[in-house]
Amino acid sequence: MYKLTAVTKDYYKGNVVVRALQGVDLDIADGEWLAIQGPTGHGKSTLLQMLGGLDRPTSGSIEFRDDHRGTDLAHLRESQVTKVRAESIGFIFQTFNLVPTLSAQENVETALVPLKVPAHERQQRAAEALDSVGLSDRARHLPSELSGGQQQRVAIARALVKQPPVLLADEPTGNLDEDTRDELIGLLERLWREQELTMVLVTHDSTVARRAQRLGVMQNGRLAIRRDRQLAPDDLSGSGATSAPPLG
Amino acid sequence: MFLTYLTRELRRRARQASIIALGLALGIGLVITVTALSSGVKNAQGEVLHSLYGQDTDITVTKQPTAGEFSPRSFGFGGAFGTAKRPAAGTKIDVDTLRGGGLGTMTDANVAKVAKLQHVAAAAGGLTLTDTKITGTIPAINFGSGSGGPAGGSGGGGTFRGSFTPTSVSVDGVDLASSAAGLGPLSLGKLTAGRTLAASDNTADVALVDANFAKSAKISVGATATIAKTIFKVVGIVSVPASASSYDYYIPLGRAQALSGLKGEVNTIYVAADSAASITTVSNSISAALPHVTVQNSASLASQLTGSVASASSLANNLGRWLAVAVLAAAFLLASLLTMSAVARRVREFGTLKALGWNSRRIVRQVVGEALVIGLVGGLIGVGLGFLGSALVGHFAPPLTASLGSTTGTSTPGGARIFGGGGFPAGGFPGAGFAGGPGGNRFRALGQGAVHTTQVHLSAPVTAAAIVAAVVLAIAGGLIAGGLGGWRAARLRPAAALARVE
Repeated sequence: MYKLTAVTKDYYKGNVVVRALQGVDLDIADGEWLAIQGPTGHGKSTLLQMLGGLDRPTSGSIEFRDDHRGTDLAHLRESQVTKVRAESIGFIFQTFNLVPTLSAQENVETALVPLKVPAHERQQRAAEALDSVGLSDRARHLPSELSGGQQQRVAIARALVKQPPVLLADEPTGNLDEDTRDELIGLLERLWREQELTMVLVTHDSTVARRAQRLGVMQNGRLAIRRDRQLAPDDLSGSGATSAPPLG
Repeated sequence: MFLTYLTRELRRRARQASIIALGLALGIGLVITVTALSSGVKNAQGEVLHSLYGQDTDITVTKQPTAGEFSPRSFGFGGAFGTAKRPAAGTKIDVDTLRGGGLGTMTDANVAKVAKLQHVAAAAGGLTLTDTKITGTIPAINFGSGSGGPAGGSGGGGTFRGSFTPTSVSVDGVDLASSAAGLGPLSLGKLTAGRTLAASDNTADVALVDANFAKSAKISVGATATIAKTIFKVVGIVSVPASASSYDYYIPLGRAQALSGLKGEVNTIYVAADSAASITTVSNSISAALPHVTVQNSASLASQLTGSVASASSLANNLGRWLAVAVLAAAFLLASLLTMSAVARRVREFGTLKALGWNSRRIVRQVVGEALVIGLVGGLIGVGLGFLGSALVGHFAPPLTASLGSTTGTSTPGGARIFGGGGFPAGGFPGAGFAGGPGGNRFRALGQGAVHTTQVHLSAPVTAAAIVAAVVLAIAGGLIAGGLGGWRAARLRPAAALARVE
């Protein structure tokens, strides 16, 4: 799905150059679940943003393959990157990032707006997506009327309603209690398996990271693969075969 | 989704949206009120012209007299005696002449030419004249050096003063063609007795008499009056408003031309345009068609007006306009700043939408849409405020007075100016100081008549153009505020927007 070659990203704070990514090389296979751990400020979220086309690298290439089409997100026009995001990439954020004035159902629909899906079909698909995350009875509720776990479920429904091949999650359980976290990771794992998603999940939480197929660790802008367990989704029991160092 | 998102967002920040809308409403309301006031003042100025020269008169055309046209000889002594030399004592003097009153003349053909111009609804000629009678006997006293001559108003010796009775009346030659109805000062008159002049009277010696003059001179319908030694039958009494140019006698134009020796000539053309919008065009066409004439309409008259109409005009055009512009600019600024601040608070929201694949254009459209709705609501309230403001102006504005002073000079029909100028030219007649003589009062009265003061009601009509302007302003306000806010939202990189801590 992805092939990153020598990706670097520099930020400028006044005259000081901060190198967030230092020559990252990474292959992510179709249907793979990759967890990325690492201390705060070492480039985890920056890497995720590069994968999602939310930012451009200073150098290097990010090849994205979908339906046998390959594109370099690093050099694609902004409108083309926006199109890739709209069609192929789902996002989940730590703070849920739901539009506060829209209901759960309408929030899910926002992901279908750029695809120009007709209103009726949009509503139907949003309702189905909410049903798949167990929130069909909360469709008309505003985000402020939902718990943190419920809000993140709405965010998951929003990310997956367009049936993208890729799901990128930035600390999806960071704001949730343990029970809700486990419940949510269980849900993500189910959806990953059912929809054959390629999932990249940035987390501080080792319990969450342990559930992934593959684990990478970001330190000082460099990525190291600590566990490389190329298993098919069906082979995963959810208990985690190898233990990874608890980082971050 | 666009409308759902828009209405929800506006409901969420209802207070801020209300402040922006009210700010815009205030600015737009003020613009409408000032525009209405301005057009009200313009109407009032037009009303002044109508009250002077006839209900339908939009334009008057007059001409400066050519040099020598009103030479002392025209007064009549030369004509009466054939010489400027003082006649022998005891000679009986009986002079009655009808002369033009200080205005140059134009031909009937000129009137027809004006009537044929584009956008002219009707044109009528008018001949404003003065009938002067002097009766008496040349006194035996010899003034020697003729010291009274240059005194111009001081009068001659006692015996001399008692020997003459100069009197003067104003006469208006009225165009009786049916197309001329509604034009000229007589059209403002109200018949109080008898009948008015008909088209068939054009060659008849019939006259209408001004009600005030009829009262002071004890003239009634059926009586006779002598004008230029011709006996006219008084067929009606007419009351003309104090503000209008009034004349003692109104006689058919044909007779006035014949008796004054101005056959086929007029000294004022009254013109009605086919619409208020074409007055300026018609004025320009007349100036082009008839060189050397003075064309006056409500706009050119406005610069000569004094009194509260002029003050109101200055208030509306200067203070009002700048105040409206300042408030509107402040409202636009407030709307832009508040919209940009609202966008700043929604940076993460827009970042998320961008991450979901919303392009910048869609986000700009959302922000502009919200600002546009606020602008339109503001515009709607503004139109309401504008109507309220103009209604308040109409209700509370005191009646305005307008004075058209003697500064108007020869462009004021009535010709009174030549009397107001001081001593009467006496030719070679020694000691003739008519202003000081018994008939001087009449002369002075005419001199003062050059200042017309009229009272008009100020209304501030809201025009369709003002409402269209308000809607355009509202849309402009929305576009400016939304455009700035949208531009700010669009230029954010999604990663930076998502990293923003709220």
